[in-house]
Amino acid sequence: MAGALARIIQGTKNNLGIIGPLATINNGSVRFQQTESTKTKFGPLADSDRIFTNLYGRHDWRLKGALRRGDWYMTKEIMLKGVDWIVNELKTSGLRGRGGAGFPTGMKWSFMNKPSDGRPKYLVVNADEGEPGTCKDREIMRHDPHKLVEGCLIAGKAMGAQAAYIYIRGEFYNEASNLQVAIAEAYQAGLIGKNACGSGYDFDVFVHRGAGAYICGEETALIESIEGKQGKPRLKPPFPADVGLFGCPTTVNNVETIAVAPSICRRGGKWFASFGRPRNSGTKLFNISGHVNTPCTVEEEMSIPLKELIERHAGGVTGGWDNLLAIIPGGSSTPLIPKDVCETVLMDFDGLVAAQTSLGTAAIIVMDKSTDIVKAIARLIMFYKHESCGQCTPCREGVSWMNKMIYRFVDGNASPKEIDMLWEISKQIEGHTICALGDGAAWPVQGLIRHFRPELERRMQAYAQQHGPSRAERLY
Amino acid sequence: MLRQPLSRALALSPSRVAPLGIRKFADQVQAQPDKIEVFIDDKPVYVPPGTTILQAAAQVGVEIPRFCYHERLAVAGNCRMCLVEVEKSPKPAAACAMPVMKGMRVKTDSDLTRKAREGVMEFLLVNHPLDCPICDQGGECDLQDQSMAFGSDKSRFTDIHFSGKRAVEDKDVGPLIKTIMTRCIHCTRCIRFASEVAGVDDFGTTGRGTEMQVGTYVEKMFLSELSGNIIDLCPVGALTSKPYSFAARPWETRRIDSVDVLDPLGSNIVVATRTNEVLRILPRTNEEINEEWLSDKSRFACDGLKRQRLVTPMLADSRGNLTPVEWEDAVVAAARALRDCPPDKLVAVAGELADAESLIALKDLFNRLGSENVCTEQYFPLEGAGTDLRSSYLLNTKIANVEDADFVLLIGTNVRFEAPLLNARIRKAFVHKETDIALIGPQVDLTYDYMHVGDSASVVKDLASGTSSHEVMKRLENAKRPVVILGADQLKTPEGAALLAYTQELALRLQDKLVDKEWKVLNVLQRTASQVAALDLGYRAGAGAQLAAARVVYLLGADAGLVTREALPKDCVVIYQGHHGDAGAAIADVVLPGAAYTEKRATYVNAEGRAQQTWPAVTPPGKAREDWKIIRALSEVVGSRLPYDNIDEVRTRLSEVSPALVAYGEVQDNNYFAQARMLSQSLQKPVSGKLDVQLKKLEDYFMTDSISRASPTMAKCVQAVLKQKQSPY
Repeated sequence: MAGALARIIQGTKNNLGIIGPLATINNGSVRFQQTESTKTKFGPLADSDRIFTNLYGRHDWRLKGALRRGDWYMTKEIMLKGVDWIVNELKTSGLRGRGGAGFPTGMKWSFMNKPSDGRPKYLVVNADEGEPGTCKDREIMRHDPHKLVEGCLIAGKAMGAQAAYIYIRGEFYNEASNLQVAIAEAYQAGLIGKNACGSGYDFDVFVHRGAGAYICGEETALIESIEGKQGKPRLKPPFPADVGLFGCPTTVNNVETIAVAPSICRRGGKWFASFGRPRNSGTKLFNISGHVNTPCTVEEEMSIPLKELIERHAGGVTGGWDNLLAIIPGGSSTPLIPKDVCETVLMDFDGLVAAQTSLGTAAIIVMDKSTDIVKAIARLIMFYKHESCGQCTPCREGVSWMNKMIYRFVDGNASPKEIDMLWEISKQIEGHTICALGDGAAWPVQGLIRHFRPELERRMQAYAQQHGPSRAERLY
Repeated sequence: MLRQPLSRALALSPSRVAPLGIRKFADQVQAQPDKIEVFIDDKPVYVPPGTTILQAAAQVGVEIPRFCYHERLAVAGNCRMCLVEVEKSPKPAAACAMPVMKGMRVKTDSDLTRKAREGVMEFLLVNHPLDCPICDQGGECDLQDQSMAFGSDKSRFTDIHFSGKRAVEDKDVGPLIKTIMTRCIHCTRCIRFASEVAGVDDFGTTGRGTEMQVGTYVEKMFLSELSGNIIDLCPVGALTSKPYSFAARPWETRRIDSVDVLDPLGSNIVVATRTNEVLRILPRTNEEINEEWLSDKSRFACDGLKRQRLVTPMLADSRGNLTPVEWEDAVVAAARALRDCPPDKLVAVAGELADAESLIALKDLFNRLGSENVCTEQYFPLEGAGTDLRSSYLLNTKIANVEDADFVLLIGTNVRFEAPLLNARIRKAFVHKETDIALIGPQVDLTYDYMHVGDSASVVKDLASGTSSHEVMKRLENAKRPVVILGADQLKTPEGAALLAYTQELALRLQDKLVDKEWKVLNVLQRTASQVAALDLGYRAGAGAQLAAARVVYLLGADAGLVTREALPKDCVVIYQGHHGDAGAAIADVVLPGAAYTEKRATYVNAEGRAQQTWPAVTPPGKAREDWKIIRALSEVVGSRLPYDNIDEVRTRLSEVSPALVAYGEVQDNNYFAQARMLSQSLQKPVSGKLDVQLKKLEDYFMTDSISRASPTMAKCVQAVLKQKQSPY
């Protein structure tokens, strides 16, 4: 799901305001408390500032190694500082959700601290990393699982949750296995469970393995799936913070969001906020894949220029920067950006929104000039068609229709008038569905039409010259 | 077993639960939350918080198009047809699910709204087949209507030239529902009805995305007595009526409001006819009885009205075979038999479908001939208060109030098959109100969980005396709104009178302690549509000893098999008046063909004591006549003319006997509970029998009276259910 949520955030914020008591929290200036910085250069990140120090699995991932890297250090003290302190640090840090939508985490956690009505509260960690191109959470779970487990405890304490459910993608067998080992170690060491870390707080962590549906990465579908139902998104409102897992208040967070929380608490929100531009602060795991010389996952400062990120960490685009065709900057659901935009764009939430795309999960898919761009996007749409849950009309019918059309576009067997029609159809899907999967399916198409319309027209012309007018012309 | 977490149910349908909740705790003063102002198309409207946009819009007369939303089902919000623009929101909101906010400004006819609807409409039609000309839903199809109103005027579905539309294999869900799954728009109304109202969790979706299908996963019959309702719920032609398939278009039919008589509830119906033929029966909304549902027997047994009919008067010839004769001959023969018979040897037995008009006419005639032997087929104990007090034989709580109950005790009744819509109410209370149910009697599937308290009559005795240590005792004592329902079938047994006495004792002991003095606890669930009117008119419940000495027996539609040739003296003349050639006509010497409930204007009183009338939708077949007229004609020939010449005069006569019989649509509160209890106290004798019910399984439900026994559709249902039961699924 992840990146798909990005553009929705504006809407989400407003919608959240609907549920009465939250409105007051929403309006204040609490959202971004860090001071305006005048920083102009972002990245590279110093090794001492890295949070994920075992990203590549070169060291021991188990408890012993984790302790050596500083995990579980002073966890008890952090917890004893209290709920408000933790939430405030998170707010100061300016951490925005790493799952794609970028909702401010501190605020999200503070929604959970309403007066209790007797129902238990839950933390759900979304480890259903299914967005094509994204591979950051798996690195955390297989190489640094204790960061996540510790994060669960701190986040759980901050929202008064009694248990965390980690919903892990079914395909992640080794990751689930490592995570389970880490949880067992933490239980045995008394770090979680009854009287976690000796803080007097009881907290359980459960791992729930999914069955491979992309839609289960959507928070409410994920909740349904944990409850044992079909993974189909719920209507909002009520939001999970009101009625979530098993009907109880629930917060769903991404793995990365949770895993960075202990470090933020230890090193201070100010430290975290010192990276990146205001409103986009922190460090971030970037996944660079596609036509680059050394595809990798790397932790970098937010707001690092895209070009620098690729050249520094991924060994540059194959065949050199000039061989670049387009980049999908935030996982498969974000609109692509062509080379000229890639030159200057900064990798953060605001920078990419300004470029009519989105940071999403920061999964950068690089495509060089050897790419059949139409086919590439068509393949993504096929993915969304396959993964649509089928619950609501625009996504169920619209995405499969788009899929049919765009595969004709690959061959050029279409009418040029259909380009506008496809654009309109994507607009009819976007924002009209229950969850953000519809949006995520619509945006790649919109990106393609926005930047590669001449290519589409060229193919249709070529097809018409070779085979005569397409049958699609008959309707016009 | 679906029982939503309350929070979710509340969150999804606040308005549906709220008013009931307020009614339920009327005794505790509940702070009414202030109403908030919202604007629908700039029209201000005040609604309670939690109301959805769609409901608020309905209050100012703005109807928002919808497919998946249905006010009696949980909100699904998946069709997206109800998207409306909300000021200051970047995305349109689903009106069916979005609760209103203070000062919210909704635009139901803005460009954004219209564009959203048009888009959804286009998507729905992308894979919807263009088979409207051969679709049974045509003319009453939501998709058709709304695409005219909100859809685009032209198609741009170019892919029709390439891959075409989706096709889905049809499912076989039994002999009542025809499925054409290609037409399905996945609104999931049928799924929600099945799991929420019918309590049969067989429907669901399989597959994802465009491959998603509504169905039963493994092919399976929809084993419910309420299955027909999903035909009405389906907004498109995916689920249509199998017996009615390709029969008529809605604009060709004449629709006559009427009342169902095949169960004791008197569900309100619409009879659709064409060329003097009943084509189908649909439910008519009546919040106090059937809401908008209808049970399968009431809906589908109408083809029984065309078969096995008595279309001409008949007389038994010298060899005992019934031969068609003219009315004159038959009436004269019947009159002669009646006149020549000593009054004490005259017996009239009224059957389960008899209307109040013919009942009063028959009783008046017999009284004039000097006979008091007018009985019904269904027995009711005559000891104690007997049938003198109305409260003893009615559903005093009333059907609609049952859903406010907090504890329901069923005694010797399978309410699911005896009164399916009453059971639907109990299930509604179970699902939405956490009402608990206990059953004394054989263990049957009621579609919800209940406490089984055994099947022995002595359990009732222990409960009545307060000596029971069973948990039910505690629950009953603590209940604020308990309901006790006794099945009328139990009264047939020798211990019936004692059982009734104990039930009265129990119910009234509970009632005395209630805070809410208006709440009635005692209920007797009759089995037939005619019984209440007959008892109101002073019929004697149950024909027994008189039959053995009878010289003339007049059967008014008595087909339950109570009166047999073996039970009668050899020379006894049997006059049968009725509409079907069933058990009664088979033993008759004189047959007088009457009219069925769709063919006459007649009064029926339902189990609550609510008088309702049927209207003639078609004329009686052949030489058949309205029943009261036959008796009136007979009386003239017998020589004791009944003093009424038209139906209004008959009804005046009815109102003389009991004004309640002509107070149509109304139901009176019953009193004299204490007196009935007092009179029955002497009857509290030890009981030891076991309670049993007649209708135990679904296959028992379909054919219970002369109309449904003549119905081929009902016969198919029985076969299909039996076949399904052999399937491993």
